[in-house]
Amino acid sequence: MKKSRFYWNLFFEKSLAASALVAIASLVGIFLLLLANSWKALERIGVKAFLSGDIWNPSAFEEASYGMGALLAGTGLTSLGAMAIAAPLGIGTAFFLSEIAPAALRHVMKPLVELLAAIPSVVMGFVGIVLVGPFFARVFGLSNGLNALNGSVLLAFMALPTLISVAEDVIQAVPHTYKEASYALGANRWETLIRVTLPACYSGLISAIMLGVGRAVGETMTVLMATGNASAFPSGFFSSVRTLTATIAIEMGEVPTGTPHYYALFVCALVLFLLTLAVNVAAERIATQLRKRGQ
Amino acid sequence: MPPPTSRREVPSCWKWFFALLLQVAPVGCDQMRSVERITVRGSDTEVNLVFQLAEAYMARDSNVSISIAGGGSGVGIAALLNGKVDVANSSRPLKDKEIALARMRGIRPVAHVFAADALVVIVHPQTGVDSLTLEQLGRIYSGELRDWSAVGGRPGPISLYGRQSNSGTYVYFRDKVVGRDFSPALKQMNGTAQIVESVLRDPYAIGYVGLGYVVKADGSVREGIRIVRLKKDKRHPAVSPLDEAALRSGLYPLVRPLYQFTKGHPSGKLREFLQFEGSPLGQQIIRRNGYLPPWPELLQADFSSVSSPVEGHHF
Repeated sequence: MKKSRFYWNLFFEKSLAASALVAIASLVGIFLLLLANSWKALERIGVKAFLSGDIWNPSAFEEASYGMGALLAGTGLTSLGAMAIAAPLGIGTAFFLSEIAPAALRHVMKPLVELLAAIPSVVMGFVGIVLVGPFFARVFGLSNGLNALNGSVLLAFMALPTLISVAEDVIQAVPHTYKEASYALGANRWETLIRVTLPACYSGLISAIMLGVGRAVGETMTVLMATGNASAFPSGFFSSVRTLTATIAIEMGEVPTGTPHYYALFVCALVLFLLTLAVNVAAERIATQLRKRGQ
Repeated sequence: MPPPTSRREVPSCWKWFFALLLQVAPVGCDQMRSVERITVRGSDTEVNLVFQLAEAYMARDSNVSISIAGGGSGVGIAALLNGKVDVANSSRPLKDKEIALARMRGIRPVAHVFAADALVVIVHPQTGVDSLTLEQLGRIYSGELRDWSAVGGRPGPISLYGRQSNSGTYVYFRDKVVGRDFSPALKQMNGTAQIVESVLRDPYAIGYVGLGYVVKADGSVREGIRIVRLKKDKRHPAVSPLDEAALRSGLYPLVRPLYQFTKGHPSGKLREFLQFEGSPLGQQIIRRNGYLPPWPELLQADFSSVSSPVEGHHF
């Protein structure tokens, strides 16, 4: 080919490679930044202080405590609670949209479901304080609705679009020869769905759920507004909880740079980063396994 | 082949240039008017008040532009020490760490007391509590007293509401009233308004807010919440924060000066603005918002356990 075409080609290929490199470099850069700053905290305060003890209170009146127990429990309760609600709801919706809904209904419903992802997190937090929280308070006879249950419900609705999207892709990836074989053997639609399609995409659905968990773990504003932020170790879904994300958001703005408290927040951020990374890597691994098996 | 056009079209690269120019042009307009900009950040307790004072001041003087943000006293002070704002609104004095940091950075923070705030304890009327001693209040918030019956109210678990650690009010209340760490069951709300809303909805709730948030423009109290009368101790009478004489005399235990910190002594428009806050119109605005103009004994009446060696000025 002409020399100029060859060089244009090369230029574009290299530019695209560069953009990919920027993305990877940012990820590695952020990780190194978190690691470097957390190291300063771990040096001064000691790993033990972070792992033992439940109460996070670095600017305490008496002795400062850096226990992450209550924060991890808070993040865990809200995220896992969110998945308990979102998984059946999301997978059911995905199945409905892929297998059962007629094309016309699907064309209307799919964009609406994706619109759920467009709701800003502050709005969800607001809905939690004004609508969902008081509702739960009335139903369960609690004094207020600022608890892990409130947070879980809101996070479930925020993670739902991600979950449904991925689950739908996974369900549609099941070869339709499986379904045809099942119908040929006399099974009806429900039996085919439960006994053929569902088992075929188990790992993909688990991958979808894990991506939903990743979304829920990283959510900040909603939980900051709707879960009450009490620093005590939660005793159940009706306790007020504080998540890792909310702690960072609350304290980062006012902590003077260079203090142990400042570096301790980086430890929180590092834990959050590793948690989300682990969840996403696991999801990716499972999805790849599925693809390999499918081929 | 595209059809031939009868008129000459502007080449597309010029269109982009002019479009870009149009976006950038308005930015220059302000500079031409030589407007002095003052940035203020900090206390949630003070934000509404300072906003109204700033609006009134800007109405008189169009050559100055004052922008105000909340975020909590801690946020404001951090921003001042980082050189990001001109004024830090704060409902508490500087902590030792902050003073040390200022010294390290070569900043000399000057405190200006421009108003006084009564910190008000609110409860839901259903709790049945009308007055508390300061000691009882401290024991409630430290988690020692957990049931309303322990303080003469209707039996039921006490539901605690407060601010987050970036709030000056949080620090003041903890140091002055509780004397140790808050109960871990304290629900930490995002701002003062959220505390008021929570107490409105929760029949076992107790919360602490600035007086300005529960008093309406005409001086009456918001419906649905009850203001608790406080006693310094068992020997003194229970006093309502709505009683101004009691506030000035020191009988009401939770009166605090509201500060604004600047880097060094202010000059120019900033100085004029601070003086405006002390003028009759400024004082009127302060009262209208449920706060009090400062009085000389106020600085001495600051009970906070952390004293800061900065100059105090009140205009």
